[in-house]
Amino acid sequence: MNDVFAVSAAPHIKQKISISSVMWQVVLALTPALLVGIFFFGIQSLLLTLYAVVAAVSTEALIQRFRKVPITVSDGSAVVTGILVAFNLNTSSPWWLPVVGAVFAIAIGKQIFGGLGFNIFNPALLGRAFLVASWPTLTTAGWKPTNPMSSIFQSSINGLSNLPSNVPAVITSATPLGVVKALRDTTQISRDMANTVMDNLASMNTLNELFLGNIGGVLGEVSAAALLIGAAFLAWKHIIEWRIPVSYIGTVFILIYVFGGINGIFSASILLPVFHILSGGLILGAFFMATDMVTSPVTKKGRLIFGMGCGILTVVIRLIGGYPEGVSYSILLMNITVPLIDRYTTPKAFGEVKR
Amino acid sequence: MGLKTFSGGIHPHDNKVYSKDKKIEILPIPQKIVIPLSQHIGSPSKPIVQVGDEVLAGQKIADAGGFVSIPMHSSISGKVTKLAKFNHPTGITVQGIEITGDGEDKWVELSDDTNYMDLPANEMKDRISKAGICGMGGAGFPTHVKLSPPEGKTIDTIILNGVECEPYLTADYRIMLEQTEDIISGLKILMKVVDAKNGVVGIEANKPDAIKIFKNLLKTEKNIKVVGLHLKYPQGAEKQLIYASTKRKVPSKGGLPMDVKVVVQNVGTAIAVYEAVRYNKPLVERVITVSGKIVKDPKNIKARIGTYYSDLLEFCGGTTEEIGKVISGGPMMGFAIPSLDTPMTKGSSGLLLFNKKEAHKKQEDVCLHCGRCVDICPMNLVPSLIAHHVRNNDWDSAEKFGVMDCIKCGSCAYVCPSHIKLIQWIDIGKIKVSESRQK
Ligand code: SF4
Ligand code: SF4
Repeated sequence: MNDVFAVSAAPHIKQKISISSVMWQVVLALTPALLVGIFFFGIQSLLLTLYAVVAAVSTEALIQRFRKVPITVSDGSAVVTGILVAFNLNTSSPWWLPVVGAVFAIAIGKQIFGGLGFNIFNPALLGRAFLVASWPTLTTAGWKPTNPMSSIFQSSINGLSNLPSNVPAVITSATPLGVVKALRDTTQISRDMANTVMDNLASMNTLNELFLGNIGGVLGEVSAAALLIGAAFLAWKHIIEWRIPVSYIGTVFILIYVFGGINGIFSASILLPVFHILSGGLILGAFFMATDMVTSPVTKKGRLIFGMGCGILTVVIRLIGGYPEGVSYSILLMNITVPLIDRYTTPKAFGEVKR
Repeated sequence: MGLKTFSGGIHPHDNKVYSKDKKIEILPIPQKIVIPLSQHIGSPSKPIVQVGDEVLAGQKIADAGGFVSIPMHSSISGKVTKLAKFNHPTGITVQGIEITGDGEDKWVELSDDTNYMDLPANEMKDRISKAGICGMGGAGFPTHVKLSPPEGKTIDTIILNGVECEPYLTADYRIMLEQTEDIISGLKILMKVVDAKNGVVGIEANKPDAIKIFKNLLKTEKNIKVVGLHLKYPQGAEKQLIYASTKRKVPSKGGLPMDVKVVVQNVGTAIAVYEAVRYNKPLVERVITVSGKIVKDPKNIKARIGTYYSDLLEFCGGTTEEIGKVISGGPMMGFAIPSLDTPMTKGSSGLLLFNKKEAHKKQEDVCLHCGRCVDICPMNLVPSLIAHHVRNNDWDSAEKFGVMDCIKCGSCAYVCPSHIKLIQWIDIGKIKVSESRQK
């Protein structure tokens, strides 16, 4: 017996998992939200998503061809980026908006750094940031005019006499968080009145609608429930891990509860933080974008810090900054800190003693 | 059952069904064997025979090469026919002694001390050391060294490792069912040698019948307990086993079990200890699992040390498909070896045969930074960053990130979606770091 058999380092068995299986499972996890989007906004949602996906995949293939590196679009990572770009757009966007966003996301967000695994920023979020900066009006989402939310908002101001005439218009045309911001900033109505409107806003009724998805906003922030189903699937498959989403959302909850009210510390109702969590793309961001493998820390403690950082920045932007949403910028800012976080959160080896 | 465990770890398919219900069979005495002079951790043994010498089974043919070393014995009777380099189950070649059998299996004289428990601890340890016993779970640390704590250190607990967490392997499982009493006797001897008050037998939850047998036999022993452990790899790794069964953490950076007053021995080693102390019998045979999807008749075989793997496979009827890979040991930590012309050693727990498809190697992709390896590392390391530093020849950082603490369990590479050859990088890192330490 003189056969020479293949030798290789241990282990000799391997879990059935690969980059593409991970990415396609993420695609699968995003599908429920897409379906809900189609249900509420019509076929336009599907088309926008398709434009973005096709643009992302072809950009990646073209650039890889140009760079003379293996073409890896079948791994599904560009598909994920495409979907996430589309999920960050208003469904009334023109067709070229997702295309431009996806091209930018792949070319500048990913390939310039050397492709998957080397990018610093979440490509989809970078694409969105570019669109927001270039076409601010197109990317500002509005209420879906004919949905039950408008009536909820109508009812939130019913019985309040002597409202300045422009207030109902503000309320019925902006996103939920836009309204909250307007209420915080307004000088046209009294604080008490603003507070009442806010409490009415963050009512169980509203939260229900936010959760199920019958509201305005961008495609991907439509239904928290659908996103959570996808997230639960990914968590079950160990593709996302609890630390980032939980610390992100937990931080937002606490900070909004403490500082979110109009009349100073602890003046918010307990429902207000929930309102904040269910709107403005926070669920999408916390479960699907902050958890992006490449651009989040590898260490366990690092992930907690990263999530907390995202949460703090989001709340700061929402309460003090100029944008009502703040999720994308928070995550992008935190992306920069990842190497640093990893460096300073190296865990102690099992059995290591403090010296 | 109140199962105990450690943090981290993975759940590979255990594939034990192939051989777990196969009773131990005894391999007929092979025609030819090779006793490698390095079957253990420590200096190689020194041969004391020459080509042409007649030897008996159980006769010493090599002296220990120092304190951290063991003597070697012939496992069959016959004639020394060659002193040369032979294949070794770790994939390298090492000096060994070839013995061609006379087919008679003549033994050196053994004794039978029925009152062996009355022997003084020193005498017991002496017999263990003379029998050439080293850890039979794989690492192969000389047993008498483990039983000799330095001045000032005491041992209060002996843990017998009956976990056998490597997929496919069932040799320890079988001896636990078939030689339960010998194992318990071995444990009692070990406890007496180091004057340990407590004994623990750690068994994984996928062997409920073994747990039951031990619990039954140990009902009246107040100071020996059976600990059922969660089904998780690497539950049988020394530090993880100690933690799971005693909640003690062996210090990192080179700490030893004796630093937490514990000695761990494999259940197979316990049998060898018992036979050495009671019968003065050297370690010349052990049970090994031959398994794999393509093995015609997977078996647990009691075979003489030095038996060629090819003889073992033949005893199992060969394979049903072309062989793609041969693994000595378990699939997680074992070695892929180039040839079946390799003798089994005291540490050989398994021989696995994979077909071409199972042997298929995946291309390494880029690290996704996904942290899966971090989540499961039982030593709480960051494998991806260790690999990264080794790749960049940054040995200092590799050391800072704990490359020397890695127990090479392979869990990280198992879960990596990018097929990063983490163990290969870690291996290089370990070698480079220890080189630079010696300077
Ligand atoms: S780094 Fe070492 S100890 Fe950790 S999982 Fe990998 S092989 Fe096991
Ligand atoms: S599991 Fe693989 S891809 Fe993921 S961080 Fe570890 S080495 Fe990188």
